[in-house]
Amino acid sequence: MSMNNQGRPTSPGEAFPASIATISGDRGLDHEEALIFELGHGATGVDLPDVKVADTRLAGQRRKSAIGLPGLSEPEVIRHYVRLSRMNYAIDSGLYPLGSCTMKHNPRLNEKMARLPGFGDLHPLAPQSTTQGALELISQLMNWLTSLTGMPAVAMSPKAGAHGELCGLLAIRAAIAARGENRKRILVPGSAHGTNPATAAFAGFTVDEVPAKPNGHVDAEALKAKLGPDVAAIMLTNPNTCGLFEGEVKEIADAVHAAGAYFYCDGANFNAIAGKVRPGDLGVDAMHINLHKTFSTPHGGGGPGAGPVVLSARLAAYAPIPLLVADGKGLRLIEDQAAVPAGAKPFGRMCAFHGQMGMFVRALTYMLSHGRDGVRQASEDAVLSANYILASLKDVMSAPFGDGPCMHEALFDDSFLTGTGVTTLDFAKAMIDEGYHPMTMYFPLVVHGAMLIEPTESESKASLDRFIHVLHTLATEARAKQTERFAGAPHLAPRRRLDETAAARKPVLRWKPEALKQAAE
Amino acid sequence: MRYLPLTPDDRRVMLARIGAPDVDALFRDVPKPALAPLSAFNLPDTQGEMEVERALVKLAARNVAAGAAPFFCGAGAYKHHVPSAVDHLIQRSEFLTSYTPYQPEIAQGTLQYLFEFQTQVALLTGMDVANASLYDGSTATAEAVLMAQRITKRGKAILSGGLHPHYAETVETVAGLFGSMTRSAVTPGQPEDIIALIDEDTACVVVQSPDVFGLIRNLRPIADAAHAKGALLIAVVTEVVSLGLLEPPGAQGADIVAAEGQSIGNGLNFGGPYVGLFATREKFLRQVPGRLCGETVDAEGRRGYVLTLSTREQHIRREKATSNICTNSGLCTLAFTIHLSLLGEEGLTRLARINHAKASALADRLAAIAGVEVVTQAFFNEFTVKLPKPAAQVVEALAAKGVIAGVPASRLLPRDKAVENLLILAATETNTDDDFAALTKALSGALA
Repeated sequence: MSMNNQGRPTSPGEAFPASIATISGDRGLDHEEALIFELGHGATGVDLPDVKVADTRLAGQRRKSAIGLPGLSEPEVIRHYVRLSRMNYAIDSGLYPLGSCTMKHNPRLNEKMARLPGFGDLHPLAPQSTTQGALELISQLMNWLTSLTGMPAVAMSPKAGAHGELCGLLAIRAAIAARGENRKRILVPGSAHGTNPATAAFAGFTVDEVPAKPNGHVDAEALKAKLGPDVAAIMLTNPNTCGLFEGEVKEIADAVHAAGAYFYCDGANFNAIAGKVRPGDLGVDAMHINLHKTFSTPHGGGGPGAGPVVLSARLAAYAPIPLLVADGKGLRLIEDQAAVPAGAKPFGRMCAFHGQMGMFVRALTYMLSHGRDGVRQASEDAVLSANYILASLKDVMSAPFGDGPCMHEALFDDSFLTGTGVTTLDFAKAMIDEGYHPMTMYFPLVVHGAMLIEPTESESKASLDRFIHVLHTLATEARAKQTERFAGAPHLAPRRRLDETAAARKPVLRWKPEALKQAAE
Repeated sequence: MRYLPLTPDDRRVMLARIGAPDVDALFRDVPKPALAPLSAFNLPDTQGEMEVERALVKLAARNVAAGAAPFFCGAGAYKHHVPSAVDHLIQRSEFLTSYTPYQPEIAQGTLQYLFEFQTQVALLTGMDVANASLYDGSTATAEAVLMAQRITKRGKAILSGGLHPHYAETVETVAGLFGSMTRSAVTPGQPEDIIALIDEDTACVVVQSPDVFGLIRNLRPIADAAHAKGALLIAVVTEVVSLGLLEPPGAQGADIVAAEGQSIGNGLNFGGPYVGLFATREKFLRQVPGRLCGETVDAEGRRGYVLTLSTREQHIRREKATSNICTNSGLCTLAFTIHLSLLGEEGLTRLARINHAKASALADRLAAIAGVEVVTQAFFNEFTVKLPKPAAQVVEALAAKGVIAGVPASRLLPRDKAVENLLILAATETNTDDDFAALTKALSGALA
């Protein structure tokens, strides 16, 4: 017997009861973590010389009080944020079926390319002769976006989907003004993302809601009846937020155009049809493309996004500055409203500089990797996977529009939970205990207790089968009124349900030192 | 295709369960003429990782990275050293590949760093509260003006002539829909008489400090004058490191602070993604655009964090929301938060002093060149010089010699002949004495 093994038991022994309190408050690999402000102790994570500076060039504006930032060394900072990271669910660690949000695989090559010094360490106002590669990259991406959408032009600067919506509506506003008209009303289906009506209001329009038909499609007749000389545009999501393709889209577009209005398409769901259907063939005038959805630039916990907007020939002239043009010497950014080529009438500027270049690099890398055939296959696989889930679960969960195929997301409502005492929220939270991120809940608004599942093309069949098995079992148990696992779920996550009402009633939005806190109370 | 796990066999089995003959049967709602064949797309086919990397590396090589030359560009984007730990941490899968933290039980990592970020921004700016970020400094400024229009129920905004012109254009494009936008005239390097423009119709005055020409502004008198007329002062900061050395806007009476946070934690990225900082007074909280993260407790009484006050936001309020914004700059806020945590109080204040010392040294060296006049006398890490000939020509000539000399003011104000000879230069901790020597030599040569 070796010395090292003396006294060491070789069988697992008694189970450690889950209810026992640990001394540390941590539980194995699950660590509790204080705020960074509670961990500071006057150390530093950088080595910088202590340079003195005179007041002579500070205009009397030298800071008079301390900032109040904590001091920690590098290993402490790293441990803090690594521990925080472990409290997050992520697509890299599991299926993330958030409908409408498109949580697909984020290739790491894209990250590597965005960090090439020629892109990541390039200044937006460096002389244009030293940024030709960056401009060429933007130009290639523009070509991909216009080719995939069948649209003649694209504005690259919008920084996210909602920013793209704003860009599109401002182009429409400018086009209407150029015609000497005053159209103030925008038609938006009730199933639309909240950003659509919010953007319309943000751009100075009024919102008129269009109802959905019982089959989940927009009511084209009701929409046409609302058209008139004061209607500026419709905002239609296609495929729509119920996961259905609006088959009457071309007739709708024709009617909208005949009424002198424009067709804005919310491109959030372009990932269902990229490489298969060109929105330009459907009569679309403007559509934003969420690069962080369809072209997989990472969501990063809620941003940054990127939302280039493709524009029809009717709107192309109104694209905001900067414009990218080719001349004899190469590519050139036109950043001045007054220096644009003949015919261009930019409505203004969306933001400083030229857009989300870091996201452009990732998106183009994704596109070059997939190629047109891979983009098409990805759309088909996303649609196939969603239909596989719909077909596998519609016997136990209720699919309000489940008679036909869906596009890239499968929609269920809560009628299968009626009388069980289990709500959509309980059902979704129980998924957390099973190791899954919940699906999108209570959206779209046109369906009661909606559950919108988007598996994307990134899941293997084995992964889909396992997910289906879990949901099928949960639904079966709920219907049998075996509700133990639903009540108060999740039980096994880093936190139980959080009190959102209390958070909103008495907002605490920042840490304050104890002394300050007590003084305020 | 290496990113797609389904095999042809899988697809067949799945179609069989669905009861569809082929995948196009699933697209049956799409009008037949709209289903485009692959040949309709004039684009390349799938490529391996090696081939794609080769193509991208080739493109990147056609650019001159800031780190590859003596480099002095600023004007809203600044070259700083970002510690290696920052980029390593933000690439952790759990941060990089998670969504907006709508399920707080399994998103405490993101929520807690947002809470830390909001605290850091409030501390830096000297304000009561901050949101979880906006897209960038320019859009944050536009949102600030819209918020001031809502609060005051007035439309007019007065924009300082020292406000970054891209910011002014962004504000005019968005907030100009709801009121008149007046730009104050400015002589670069000099304060302006903006107070005289404030009247009873004014919603807000927007002043950047240090301004686009580098000048440190005194905000207090402008704040007092604005408040006397019932208007708000919006303070804009494009170089957030300056707050390590200078009085924060909150101490000078600002009502809203809109700032660009790129300098801390984030690379230049040819202009984006960056991170918009947005801070204000507690009393204006319900008018704040964008996400807010708040502290609460879970069912077992443990401290935790959630997105809160969402009744301001588009997914709840739709057309009555305070803004249409949906995303924030998640990962860029994380980079900001980690870098600032590494810096701490001592690190940030030292970094700020180093920046000021570097810029002061550079200004002294340039002032000694015949024909060069430093027009900004009070500055942080950026200042403007007047050259005897158009600055854009000089910058191109120096770029040809491998020196990136700064931003010609004409790049930002192309129609203003008075700024044609002005060059805006920034110096940061990344600049060495060799950089200064290379610039002074090249500039002397170009002006000789």
